[in-house]
Amino acid sequence: MKDLIRSLTECFGPSGHEAAVRELIRREIPRGWEARVDALGSLLVHRAPGGTGGAGGRHGGTGGTGAAAGRRIMLAAHMDEIGVVVTHVDQKGFVRFGSVGGVMQLPLLGGRVQFAGPEPNGSGGPTGVIGLEKVDDASRVPAMDKFYIDMGASSPGDCPVNVGDVACFHRSFEDLGNRLVAKAMDDRIGCAVLLQVMKELDASPNDLWLVFTVQEEVGLRGAGPSGFGIEPEIALSVDVTLTGDTPECAPMAVSLGAGPAVKIKDGGMLAHAGVKDWLFSTAQSASIPCQREVLVRGTTDATAIQVSRAGVPAGCLSIPSRYTHSPSEMVDYGDVQGAVKLLVRALSEPVELHG
Amino acid sequence: MLLQRLSEANGVSGREEAVRAILLEEIRGRVDSCRVDRMGNLIALKKGSGGSALRVLVAAHMDEVGLVITGAEDSGVLRFATVGGIDERVLPARMVWIGERRVPGVIGMKPVHLLDKGERDRVPEARQLYIDVGASGKAEAEKLAGKGETVVFATEYRTLGSPAGTGAGGDAAAGAAAASGPGAAAGGARIVQGKAFDDRAGCALLAALLTERFPFDLVAAFTVQEEVGLRGAQVAAWAEKPDAAVVLECTGANEVPSRRDLSPSTRLGAGVSITIRDASFIADPRLVQLFASTAREKNIPHQYKQPNIGGTDAGAIHRVREGVPSITLAVPARYIHSPAALMDLSDFEAAAVLVREGLERLPRAFPG
Repeated sequence: MKDLIRSLTECFGPSGHEAAVRELIRREIPRGWEARVDALGSLLVHRAPGGTGGAGGRHGGTGGTGAAAGRRIMLAAHMDEIGVVVTHVDQKGFVRFGSVGGVMQLPLLGGRVQFAGPEPNGSGGPTGVIGLEKVDDASRVPAMDKFYIDMGASSPGDCPVNVGDVACFHRSFEDLGNRLVAKAMDDRIGCAVLLQVMKELDASPNDLWLVFTVQEEVGLRGAGPSGFGIEPEIALSVDVTLTGDTPECAPMAVSLGAGPAVKIKDGGMLAHAGVKDWLFSTAQSASIPCQREVLVRGTTDATAIQVSRAGVPAGCLSIPSRYTHSPSEMVDYGDVQGAVKLLVRALSEPVELHG
Repeated sequence: MLLQRLSEANGVSGREEAVRAILLEEIRGRVDSCRVDRMGNLIALKKGSGGSALRVLVAAHMDEVGLVITGAEDSGVLRFATVGGIDERVLPARMVWIGERRVPGVIGMKPVHLLDKGERDRVPEARQLYIDVGASGKAEAEKLAGKGETVVFATEYRTLGSPAGTGAGGDAAAGAAAASGPGAAAGGARIVQGKAFDDRAGCALLAALLTERFPFDLVAAFTVQEEVGLRGAQVAAWAEKPDAAVVLECTGANEVPSRRDLSPSTRLGAGVSITIRDASFIADPRLVQLFASTAREKNIPHQYKQPNIGGTDAGAIHRVREGVPSITLAVPARYIHSPAALMDLSDFEAAAVLVREGLERLPRAFPG
């Protein structure tokens, strides 16, 4: 699975430019699953109950007879990553930019960004260095408009980028053994988990929609419409969460290496009690270590799906991650494998939600 | 002239009736049907001539930012709150018209002689200001303006000269620069001044567009309450279920002189503005490509709005139901959301041509 994670994180895909990620994911979809792209560009991958191939439309067979009937379940991981967008090229060829998603100033300093390129995964495009105007007060974090990108140009004429072009962080994937580091782990790791679930999942009584959404980082914009189209009975996002295990960090009960985290609450959503219990009891019966997560600020696609149409019982299975929204996000490979195992087990069986 | 009538009408968010009446009168002979929905959106259908099964929504909002009367004081002055995004710095000393009767008033505050140093350095908040209609007491004030009545800036529409000044007395260098700028016509730019070009300009463009018939069904939505949260557009898009949406707007051109080499969001005279992404949505790349290539091939002056700034009805429309690929085209104007905006009619005309030519080609962008 590490190669898949490497390929996914190395793709170019800031919000609004997810096509390269989508194509890579599409090529990885195993037989028996059918994919289509919705109006905003999210990739909806479907398998009808049984596991014999996904013909049929949106409502590919829910219910059935008896108490152990299958459910229509939607899982969502987002394809997009944060980045920057060119707002101006000045007379000397320096590039001013705005944020695409939640970009913070500190991780930018001295970093490199890369614009879309000719490779199939979107890489190989022009790169630049992030610079900063002189600061009068070194004790304060400078505002975003004090930064610029140096593309090595000396005028607008020889600058390789234009207003509106977007770039992502330019940093390579590192395998530290148990720990993996890359840009865009948020949320390519979630995409990797969903693909691995597809590969490992045998028969299931459930009607499954595994969705790779667009534009999560700029406001959960792809998830709501995708959820509207699918009308799931249960929804789960698979996304990163923060940890409380680095020096002098804000307190949080989640750590790298202690397993995937079942989200209880985050900045946008209270997870459905029945969905939480479903995940906890699955973890327990399959002996998969998992953690309980409360995230103070930040949220996931599940927040948007939860309030689509007449509402959806929703929750989230999180991959703990350090240095989120920096070019070097770190996850624990054991947590990732635990997440896959837990989801495969949960989706293989009938689901009864309480509360 | 339609743009003038629209600009001078009072249509603060939530009270768009006067604007809607003008538009209904203007378009009713051009469309196959129209209706007013529960929120007050004016929605009209122009059926396609055939050849495309697409359903395309084109939207412009009828409402403008303004004020609302919150009550009268014993002294006879009226208190108010803002409706939509208004920079409070533009308020003191403004002349206004209140309500359907267009009662004239002026926004007053303490005279400068009576301000202490702290007050002089601070921007007064809306609740410290008041509207003076010349009433001698509360009863008289309430007769002139009731709670909930809306208030607009008292700006008449007019045509101005070239922005660089005219004739021999003007600054020659600036005049030359303006005359050689991208949009300047042979006789100088045609600049008009008025209130509420955001978005009466869009409404005027949409009304004119309805004289055309396209291969696909065109749903025109003159929306309400954009300025207070894109509210009408969400409802209209929900009901009409379009396959794609084009929003016609008026967008800010902040070409103020600056020491720093930073681009303005848009420029007057540089043509119709195409939004790639703003704070409310990311335009569908196929639609950006469609309108950009149409503009290039037909030599229509155009520019790209600086990314990440502002929001439009597209922000609400694109995420309705299962999503709607959307784009915003806009006419630049200086000083939007203030008493008197400036717009270049050559940009307005470029917008009219681009939206028409682009829509003609739209079925190619969404085949099948």
